[in-house]
Amino acid sequence: MADHAIDVRYVANLARIQLSDEEVERYGAQLTSVMAHIEKLSEVDVEGVEPTYHSATSENRVRQDEPVESLSPAAFLANTPDQSQGQLRVPKVVDA
Amino acid sequence: MSLASQSLCSLKRQLQSGEISSRDIVEDVIDQIESRNQSIGAFLSFDAKSALEAAQHADLSLPLGGLPIGIKDNINVNGEPCTCGSKFLENAYTAPYDATAIQKLRQAGAIPFGRANLDEFAMGSSTENSALQITQNPSAPGHIPGGSSGGSAAAVAGNLIPATLGSDTGGSIRQPASHCGVVGLKPSYGRVSRYGLVAFGSSLDQIGPLTHTVEDSALLLNAIAGFDPRDSTSLNEKVPDYTEGLDQGVAGLKLGLPKEYFTEGIDSGVRERIETAAKTLEAQGAELVEISLPHTEYAIATYYIIAPAEASSNLSRFDGVRYGNRSENPQDMLELYNQSRAKGFGSEVKRRIILGTYVLSSGYYDAYYLRAQKVRTLIRQDFQNAFEKVDAILTPVAPEPAPKMGSATEDPLKHYLADIFTLSANLAGICGISVPLSPLNNLPVGLQILGPHLGEKTILRCARSIEISQTSVD
Repeated sequence: MADHAIDVRYVANLARIQLSDEEVERYGAQLTSVMAHIEKLSEVDVEGVEPTYHSATSENRVRQDEPVESLSPAAFLANTPDQSQGQLRVPKVVDA
Repeated sequence: MSLASQSLCSLKRQLQSGEISSRDIVEDVIDQIESRNQSIGAFLSFDAKSALEAAQHADLSLPLGGLPIGIKDNINVNGEPCTCGSKFLENAYTAPYDATAIQKLRQAGAIPFGRANLDEFAMGSSTENSALQITQNPSAPGHIPGGSSGGSAAAVAGNLIPATLGSDTGGSIRQPASHCGVVGLKPSYGRVSRYGLVAFGSSLDQIGPLTHTVEDSALLLNAIAGFDPRDSTSLNEKVPDYTEGLDQGVAGLKLGLPKEYFTEGIDSGVRERIETAAKTLEAQGAELVEISLPHTEYAIATYYIIAPAEASSNLSRFDGVRYGNRSENPQDMLELYNQSRAKGFGSEVKRRIILGTYVLSSGYYDAYYLRAQKVRTLIRQDFQNAFEKVDAILTPVAPEPAPKMGSATEDPLKHYLADIFTLSANLAGICGISVPLSPLNNLPVGLQILGPHLGEKTILRCARSIEISQTSVD
């Protein structure tokens, strides 16, 4: 945890965001100072402490496996940037 | 006094006595926005026609019958835009459904009205991160309104609409309420359904009211609280009448002052205001108790791991495929994702996604994310221990009053550090309210009252006592 430098271009690629060289440099410097602050957490003794994923103490809840009313295909497709024959259209993924 | 500037409770009385109609209120709200929103910038858009139509059919027998409520632009209202203050969704998304909080507002007779500005995807504390519009602080011209619910706070403070909904992930209701001089409540986690609120940090987000008065805050909470099967973290607990017992006073209550909150970095004037407010409550019969929240110094680091981690996951849905703006003529899927997100997101959103992706990435998960979740447990326990000794906790909302517009440098850490007093409540899942104190050099200052999980009645009661004491000072 000692090295605070993030490989910003690599991580941005994982997050599927293309960055300019200027952005890589700027975010790199800014996030290095944020990570240096975050380093504080290594001081805390967390031996035997359970993680909190949710602050509400409720159990994991699943609904009955029964069909319920949901958005119509037309309502769903109304916001898509590109569609064809009632489906979302995207660039070709697999070569013929 | 314009109708738009009055409290919900006052308007409700006038509606029920027949002095005014719902249409009168909606028309005045439209007039106020048309004449003054250009300078305040609280609203991004509004649909006058459907609001006037809803006013025509208002059922005044309902708790919020005929009352217009402004909505933060990250809460879905059927048929209206939901931009989240982002270029990604600008002119590219119309909500196909109502959020549960909106459904509940409608069931209570209210009219959801207009889209209030915010920091992009609720990431920020000045509303300057909105990619779409600047919002001014109507109570302190030239200063930021706070954020991320800056539009919601400014709309109420600027008397454009009687009340609004905002959302709070690390202080985004309480801090703008404090900076603008209005009442802002963050309910306990699970109290209000998150269904239809565009997710930022799913284990932290809550919708809550911004209002002129404490009574209005309780009235709005009554309407939006309650179980929702569509939010798996929604609590199946009975909703009490929050307007009941507001005037009980604070006699006999034990109120904690956390010693870790009154150290360096807090403006001396803000500190003095909070201490005076505490003494006011003491004079009314409350007992002040010094308490300790020993893990406070780790709260910011914990939050700025957990919130960006959850955000990086939640915002992966903005990929340019199903909704939002898609980059032009992408050659393949990778380019479609990379370019749509590069063009659609602003700097703060990109920074947080990168930070969140990093702390979740292979080899770093245990050191950062898992460790933060464990420290979160310790922060929660701090509050649980404190609430065994006291009924509520009094703190500042922000270390200083609203800074000047544009004075912020692009130093994210500096902004993150200013969230110290508010974000612990989100990590712990407890409730909190900001209530206005007397201004400092004409700048509003709020008192934060934190309560235990589902302790909304207690903090509302304390806030009401402060409100009454402030009115008598004025």
